Amino acid sequence: MIVIVETIARLAGWLLLAPLLPGIINKVKAWVAGRRGPPVLQLYYDLGRLWQRGVVLSSLASPGFIAGPAVAWVAIVGAALLLPLGPAGALLSFRGDALLVIYLLALARFGTAWAAMETGSAFEGMGTAREVSYAVLAEAAIITAMLTLSVHAQSITLVEMLTPASGVGAVLLGAGLFTVLLVENCRVPFDDPNTHLELTMIHEAMILDHSGPPLAAILHGASVKLLLFVVLLTESVVPLGHFSGPVACAVLALGVLTVTVGVGLVESLLARLAFRRVPLLLTTAILLCLFALLVAWKGGAA
Amino acid sequence: MNSMVNLLIGLAMGLNLIALASSRLPALITAMAVQGMALGAMPLLLEHHFDWMVSLVAVCTIAGKGFVIPYLLRRAMRAANIERDMEPTIGYVPSLLLGAGGTIAVVAMARALPLLPEHAGSLMVPGALASVLTGFVLLIGRTKAISQVCGYLILENGIYLFGLLLIHVTPLFVEAGILLDLTVGVFVIGIIVDRIQRAFDTLDTRKLTTLHE
Amino acid sequence: MKPYLLIALPLAGAVVAAFWPSDRTRPWLLPVVGALHAALCIWMLICPPPLQHDAWLAFDPLARAVLPAVSLLFLVCAAYGVPYLRTRVERPNRVFVALLLTMLGLMSAGHQARHLGLLWIATEGVTLAAIPLLHFTGTPHAFEATWKYLLVGGTGIALSLLGSFCLGYASLHGGGNGDLTFTTLMQQGAGLSRPWVLTAWVLVLVGYGTKMGLAPMHTWKPDAYGEAPGIVGALLAGGVTTVAFTAILRVHAVVALAGDGAIADRTLLAIGLFSMLIAALFLLGTRDFKRMLAYSSVEHMGILAVGAGLGAAGVWAALFHVWANSLTKGALFLSAGTIRRAAGARTMDEVRGMSALTPYSAAIFVAGMFAVTACPPFGPFFSELSVIRAAFEAKHYWAAAMFLGCLLFVFFGITRVVFAIVDGRPHARNIETSRRYAETLGTILPPLVLLGISLWLGISTPSVLRTAWTEAVAQLFPTP
Repeated sequence: MIVIVETIARLAGWLLLAPLLPGIINKVKAWVAGRRGPPVLQLYYDLGRLWQRGVVLSSLASPGFIAGPAVAWVAIVGAALLLPLGPAGALLSFRGDALLVIYLLALARFGTAWAAMETGSAFEGMGTAREVSYAVLAEAAIITAMLTLSVHAQSITLVEMLTPASGVGAVLLGAGLFTVLLVENCRVPFDDPNTHLELTMIHEAMILDHSGPPLAAILHGASVKLLLFVVLLTESVVPLGHFSGPVACAVLALGVLTVTVGVGLVESLLARLAFRRVPLLLTTAILLCLFALLVAWKGGAA
Repeated sequence: MNSMVNLLIGLAMGLNLIALASSRLPALITAMAVQGMALGAMPLLLEHHFDWMVSLVAVCTIAGKGFVIPYLLRRAMRAANIERDMEPTIGYVPSLLLGAGGTIAVVAMARALPLLPEHAGSLMVPGALASVLTGFVLLIGRTKAISQVCGYLILENGIYLFGLLLIHVTPLFVEAGILLDLTVGVFVIGIIVDRIQRAFDTLDTRKLTTLHE
Repeated sequence: MKPYLLIALPLAGAVVAAFWPSDRTRPWLLPVVGALHAALCIWMLICPPPLQHDAWLAFDPLARAVLPAVSLLFLVCAAYGVPYLRTRVERPNRVFVALLLTMLGLMSAGHQARHLGLLWIATEGVTLAAIPLLHFTGTPHAFEATWKYLLVGGTGIALSLLGSFCLGYASLHGGGNGDLTFTTLMQQGAGLSRPWVLTAWVLVLVGYGTKMGLAPMHTWKPDAYGEAPGIVGALLAGGVTTVAFTAILRVHAVVALAGDGAIADRTLLAIGLFSMLIAALFLLGTRDFKRMLAYSSVEHMGILAVGAGLGAAGVWAALFHVWANSLTKGALFLSAGTIRRAAGARTMDEVRGMSALTPYSAAIFVAGMFAVTACPPFGPFFSELSVIRAAFEAKHYWAAAMFLGCLLFVFFGITRVVFAIVDGRPHARNIETSRRYAETLGTILPPLVLLGISLWLGISTPSVLRTAWTEAVAQLFPTP
């Protein structure tokens, strides 16, 4: 009984809080630019409106056009539920759950890419190609980051892994994961979520033909994914285990807020990178995680 | 104190990677200058007691590598009106990977090297070798004279760091002489860069291919 | 005191030259200082001063065995420099004269340095002093050559500094005090830390090998020698390379005493033979007679390295070859400079029939060519013969065979270019420029003198030189 209540509570928390993050980021951007900007709850309104709309289906599209977003949404939410939340621990924890999280994220990407390819549109194919080619490098970085955490904690269970190191290792890992966060969630400097030019789009180009509830699922899934990465980053840098229950929750919330504001600041201050420079930055992210791994290794040996 | 030294060397190693990854010449020059200053301050940390000659050498190094040489290079850069080193012979991602792989390799190798106990925990040897390696990649992989000069200076930084292992036994005037030679060398390089710019109207060393068999 | 005088005299001359008011009379400082230096050097060669073992700068047996050759070469080049600079009145020669004298002072310091750090400072100083000399002509080609010289040479010299530090660390790690004087290092001998000694050897060989111009670090050489004035080329090929070679010999002695002599010998043999091979191959292809001299220099550096890798007898032969090569190569560079000016071009496609336009220089060039390709009775024949004898004594039959094969190809390559330039009927353009730059007694005599010394070395090597070389070998291979 308690398990069911806890599951529902966590699920509600993830699903309801996630759309807040893009709102905060947009607010920060507006604040830096000196505008009033859209309300923080804008994404909630958008989602509600989309849910009420109908779906335009191409006569060429297979059921995968609808199934893709659904698979992606379920995979992301599943990954989010596996992530431990500070003192509260994880809903479900077992040996190797870190690997499952990585696989679920990959599955979500596969779902979106699948749905995008279903339309047969050139733009969506281009967006998918870009998204997937960035993902190749981003996944290498996140796997390295997970490896760093597991080498440091001598475990492959997320609950134990998220007890971060201190000093140089944490800084390197934090920088690496932050870069991964930006690319995985299609933020500046990798992709511009506000762009209106199809040729320069990546993530946005993939969902051009989606409408109604499937689009809502994609947008909501994206916000959950953002929250997931922000929480992961916070928990792998801030040693939450050192605090007692309520303080840890507050620290976690504060960390999430800080990272979100940080993303907003990056978006306001940086311009988007030229496409051919992106691999360089992604390689840097991999190297940052790799050096964090080395520090963890050396620290473990000493 | 040892951790402070290691932190500075770690910073220098990070700057190596930044130098390898940056296509903009000002960023490259800044990375080189900051690295020179970080390493220039090292003798002050390594000496156990204050010595005015050591301080003088350190101050000269910081001034030379941190301000004078970068100033000369920036001036040459503005005169030649170039900002970027496009089309390097070794691309930025490969050179970054080379640098990172090299750094990891030298850190691993430094454990196998026979070191004195007081140097075993320090990053001095791997840091020196990493800088030498970075310098080589820049010398080979870049096409603009200014980037090559930066590569040469990073190489020198590495050798300077290695020379600090002997700081307690090498007479100071030898070090001062070495420093003087380096400075004169860079001045001469600066002048030649200037002349090349005037003679060829470019600083692209790929254009310097009229002499061959 | 005298060792310091050898260094201070040219440096003082350089200062005087820098402040000398007249461009017309300034070049005379070169032969004056050169003559004083050579006289002092030869006096010290004949009556060597007592050696202080802990001195950082001393006229020790090794310096005694090679420095007089450099000094003689400088004197003759200086004598050639006076008429040369008269043909170049349009360019101010203040920097040129001052830096040539600085180079002589720093070369004297490099030969006499018994401290690794000091040796490095002198070598780097010579490298830097040579730079304005290289682009004296001021053409874009000269700048290109200078840039390559600077970058390749600078990187090489930086590596040799790293090697010197490694040797210091070898001493420190082996329980020594990290003193970088050769005497202390040799005394520590087997007490040095072996891995660091090997690292140091590789770096020093690559570093000073770049300065010598051993293949594959020779790439700066053809460009620099091709573009530099003949007098600078002669000094680079005969003087600066010698400093680097003595540096390698000194470090080699330390490495041998540390117990890695066999490995060091093998690397020297390999790199020497490789240089000879590369030089021979490029000589078969080159069409430019000044670049030809550069490849010939690469070949002779290879011979020196092979000699140094063959034990005591080989080192003796190499020291002999330093003399023979420096002086013969000097004659070639100077006569080539005269021919180059008279012809107004440098490749065998543009230059022909110089025996008609500059008969004396062409004759010296041909005679020098026979000397440098080791034809009897010139010095290089006998020195290379000693190297081969040392190779047979050390039972390196394959090395000797390769050595002889390379010499044969070098002979083909050099004669091909030289006769193409000397023979035939001159081009109209050659005739025109040769009226402006005719050869004079001042440009004929110096190379002739050098060729004469080379001949004298071959026919009857002075016994004082033989003892000097033997003593230098004894210094490098001390008997316990």
